[in-house]
Amino acid sequence: MSNTPATLVEKIIARAAGVEAVSPGEIVTCQVDLAMILDSGGPRRIWPRLKELGVGVWDPEKIVVVADHFVPATDPAAAAILKLTREFVAAYDIAHFYDMQGICHVVLPEHGHLKPGMFCCGGDSHSTNAGAYGCYMAGFGAIEMTGVLVTGEIWTVVPETIRVDWSGSFGTGVAAKDVMLLLARELGMDNAFKAIEYGGDTVRGLPMAERVVLTNMAAELGAETALIEPDEVTLAAIRAAGAEPAADALTWRSDPQARYQARHQFDAAALQPQVAAPHKPSNSGPAADFERDHIRVDQAYIGACVGAKLSDLHMVAEVLRGRQVARGTRLMVAPASNRIMAEAAADGTLATITAAGGLLLSTGCGACAALGAGILAEDEVCISSTNRNFQGRMGANSSSVYLGSPYTVAASAVAGRIVDPRNLL
Amino acid sequence: MSVINGRVWKFGDEINTDVMAPGIYFKLPIEEAIKHCLEAVDPTFAPGVQPGDVVVAGRNFGVGSAREQAAMGFSGLQVGAILAVSFARIFYRNVLNLGVPALILPEAGEIAPGDQVRVDPVAGRVENLTQDKTYAVEPLPPHLMEMINAGGLMPYLKTRIAGEATHDSR
Repeated sequence: MSNTPATLVEKIIARAAGVEAVSPGEIVTCQVDLAMILDSGGPRRIWPRLKELGVGVWDPEKIVVVADHFVPATDPAAAAILKLTREFVAAYDIAHFYDMQGICHVVLPEHGHLKPGMFCCGGDSHSTNAGAYGCYMAGFGAIEMTGVLVTGEIWTVVPETIRVDWSGSFGTGVAAKDVMLLLARELGMDNAFKAIEYGGDTVRGLPMAERVVLTNMAAELGAETALIEPDEVTLAAIRAAGAEPAADALTWRSDPQARYQARHQFDAAALQPQVAAPHKPSNSGPAADFERDHIRVDQAYIGACVGAKLSDLHMVAEVLRGRQVARGTRLMVAPASNRIMAEAAADGTLATITAAGGLLLSTGCGACAALGAGILAEDEVCISSTNRNFQGRMGANSSSVYLGSPYTVAASAVAGRIVDPRNLL
Repeated sequence: MSVINGRVWKFGDEINTDVMAPGIYFKLPIEEAIKHCLEAVDPTFAPGVQPGDVVVAGRNFGVGSAREQAAMGFSGLQVGAILAVSFARIFYRNVLNLGVPALILPEAGEIAPGDQVRVDPVAGRVENLTQDKTYAVEPLPPHLMEMINAGGLMPYLKTRIAGEATHDSR
């Protein structure tokens, strides 16, 4: 390895490009360790192109296919897309297929696919999620994933790294989601061709389910990817998923003298619950300010890769225990994976949610991208634990989506309007 | 690559992929889905845009999802080029892969809707014929120009695969 100090993303890209060292701005071609495609922009777009090219896939062992966007099928068109996805997997002998098991970004680590130092490509913008496991993973469109499936390679511009450190402990009712709603405002959504590296004692103290919120929503910052240096928490999660990290797993870290384009330091203890107003995640501010505006909500939605993990459902149950969802407001909960659904059933979390009047939906991307159950009508207002709130994101063009943590969404469901969750905890 | 000469459709900052390709139209065949491109922002765009017209936008054009349909709106409607103050990463890669030149133009705000512009992506020049102004833009890097000159990623892959087959047979 080179003697020039390097950041984690630079080390992974250099390894994948087969060179000693890389510098920001350089364009390199990387060998891909794992390629993930989905029902939405996957086989339906890629298979016709493979046929047109007259070639097969480069390595069926390194390809993961997940059916999560159109599940379960709600009409014949969705059913046809899912059927085609299954036929593709059989035709190309794809080794890893997760059909209606949950959302791809949650399913990948659940099944031990992510390890420090890997270079991965995914056909979905929130593929940055995987960086919490110390690997490079970025999102690409279907046409580019076709290229990856054929060649096993991808070009990238080596990104500049921005280091974001958090220190201290979160107060009551504050979660990783609040960090990201604040960062979308502070760092903006225009960080293309940059990598975000998160650190500090706050981040090291977070469980994996909260760390992935930071890397997942790097997509909202517009970043190429985001990473967290692996530690014992990372390795324990990999082992719990039935995989074994490599002996050198903990060596995948930035060098102490590595050059960052910028460094930011934040105080976790000062962080308040945040809400992002329509129609973008950077439109955020303290939940308490929104509470003063008396914003009535038709729907409260707990779902998506970022906001319906077991820890998220625990936050919801903590708020709902002994309370009821307000009349005139509907609470819908779509757990992020079947495994999470089973765990939340076993520990009583689902019972707490349904006792409060919450409606359980199937696992999958669902209403987050206006693909499944829970879509909004014209002029309706929703508060959601999902990651983006662009106009029309969850349904009709005139609907409005506010973003908040699972605590904030659950508390708003109880109040029937947007509130700061700390009054209910 | 030929020079593009077209009429300007102007958009603002942070135009996202959900308005370029709304999720509610995902299951439609692509030629149907692209008729809804940007309808929430400018309902006259998809019905009115002519082949070779030029899209001019502000910061972070294409922010959001990896959905290729967002970029296919512009390739499918035969937009000649996209000029923006900055592009979101995945969208930028998608439009280039589909063979639509995307150029960074910090002065995009000076261009008005309906202006006639002439874009030369190889020379890195944008001429506003209506306002009689000329801008120098960063040409695309050679590895991307090679792909765009081939017509996008698919023709480029075909050439590459054909080259490997020739190589293997030797």
